[in-house]
Amino acid sequence: MLARINDVHGCTKFAGAGKAEAMNTAFFYALTGVGLFTLGLYSLIVYTHLLRKILAINVMGSGVFLIIVALAARTQTLPDPIPHAMVITGIVVAVSATALALALMLRFRDISGRVELAEESLE
Amino acid sequence: MLVILPLVGAILCFLLPQRVRFLGLMIAFAIAASVVGLLLQVLDQGALRYSLGGWGAPLGISFYTDGLSMLMLLVTALVGLGISVYSIAYFNQEKSVHFWPLWMLLWTALNALFLSADLFNLYVTLELLGLSAVALVALAGGANALDAAMRYLFVSLLGSLFYLLGLALLYHSFASVDIEILAQRVEATPAVWAAMGLMTAGLLLKTALFPLHFWLPPAHANAPAPVSALLSALVVKASFYILLRLWLEVFPLPNSGLGLFLGLLGSSAVLWGGIQTLRQTRLKMLIAYSTVAQLGYLFIAFPLGTSMAWKGALYLLISHALAKSAMFLAAGNLLLFGGHDRITHLDRVAQRLPLTLAAFALAGVSIMGLPPSGGFIGKWLLLDASLRSGQWWWAVILILGSLLAAAYIFKVIGHAFTQAEVTHEAGEVSRMMEWVAFVLALAAIVLGLIAPGPLALMDIGSPFNSGAAQ
Repeated sequence: MLARINDVHGCTKFAGAGKAEAMNTAFFYALTGVGLFTLGLYSLIVYTHLLRKILAINVMGSGVFLIIVALAARTQTLPDPIPHAMVITGIVVAVSATALALALMLRFRDISGRVELAEESLE
Repeated sequence: MLVILPLVGAILCFLLPQRVRFLGLMIAFAIAASVVGLLLQVLDQGALRYSLGGWGAPLGISFYTDGLSMLMLLVTALVGLGISVYSIAYFNQEKSVHFWPLWMLLWTALNALFLSADLFNLYVTLELLGLSAVALVALAGGANALDAAMRYLFVSLLGSLFYLLGLALLYHSFASVDIEILAQRVEATPAVWAAMGLMTAGLLLKTALFPLHFWLPPAHANAPAPVSALLSALVVKASFYILLRLWLEVFPLPNSGLGLFLGLLGSSAVLWGGIQTLRQTRLKMLIAYSTVAQLGYLFIAFPLGTSMAWKGALYLLISHALAKSAMFLAAGNLLLFGGHDRITHLDRVAQRLPLTLAAFALAGVSIMGLPPSGGFIGKWLLLDASLRSGQWWWAVILILGSLLAAAYIFKVIGHAFTQAEVTHEAGEVSRMMEWVAFVLALAAIVLGLIAPGPLALMDIGSPFNSGAAQ
């Protein structure tokens, strides 16, 4: 696998073979994104500690962004810029959401003394 | 214009905390005036499309108004205006400083959402909507409210991420996120099925359809009264609107099992929500569960799929927006008046706060679906559509749901007329607050009387005729 990834950088002259290499690595990254998403989803559901849930959401977000960016690289030798714009917007949104979540969590802990949600927890 | 105004309003409210109430109200009126202006334009010229900065699709962001968007914008403006007037009197200065910027941001998100013409813009506005809604829920401050807000935040983010994943799949299949372009290019490939499933799941989570409704009752019941009104009336409808757009324009798949599945979930929501509502002892929880039940009705239109069914669902949506906001505002009045919201201790409220109770009762008429309210028109259209297409079982669900609604409305009103065992100190309730609740409830009834108007409005741009037979 590593040898093939190295090949991509050296191989831009060989248009056909380079494209196939790019497509394979793109799908590898996309699959990693799917894996991150699933791991994040699992953690969000299973763990009860609020900070873990917030981190799980972040991991899920990163998974989705990875999928978007990875698939952007598969169509031509120059990657498609629109998905990159989408991901940048998405990152901004995720940062604001995380900030709100952390502020809420701290306030919640100050007022209630717990760091977990009440019994009837998320799914 | 509609997006800039509340956005600027939010920033101004944040920067000038002393004049916040005056500013907020001015902006609210300005937005309502702009919506009326847009309505006149749409009635004159039909569906409108406006590209930001002159850059058209597929690279630019465009705003699109057809009858459906216009209707949602109108309802938002009407309820928004009511909530703004109510909040002047409800929140003291300290809370107002935080409420108004957040409420203006929420309004920005709603307006931008209803005007969006491409899926990614919808994602951004959906996120803004979710974040401001969560912050508004947390405004109440106690441990319960923060718990509910936290849960709501997780649900909201989860829903958005599912939506974004589906969007990623769609983009990479068809190289565009613009709704019109996608409508032309979409085909039934596995990627599209997956995308549809993911996006629907995310949006269902945000619309609190059974069984993904667990977050709604705590959030709506523990928020301050005007915020609960906003959430039940407008915020959950926004994700439903996106689902409707997706279903009608991007995925016009013929009578698939998914429609039936959504209808089944909707029916379960109506029945389960109705039963849970009857079990509640606190007024705001009762109203919140009632929202869960009412949202189920909207999904019964999916298996029916005819233009009449969609219009019925939409009519229910707008009547519910008006009626539910009136109910929550009335509940807020009752809460301020009695200091509690236990239903059995409502203690002759009918004599002491007649305007508020009249508002609640009128709103209840629309929720039950009695003529001549807006709720009646919506249910009538759905009943008609279901009988015409031969799927009579949905009609049974509608009738059962109305019976359950009648039961819980009468429960509350009954307690309001009788004397409780324990009497409570009476608090102050401003006349303006009572009048707002009453006017909104009256609007829900009036909707039933002026039915041809909004129904004709929905036809502009004919969003319902792509692929569905009459």
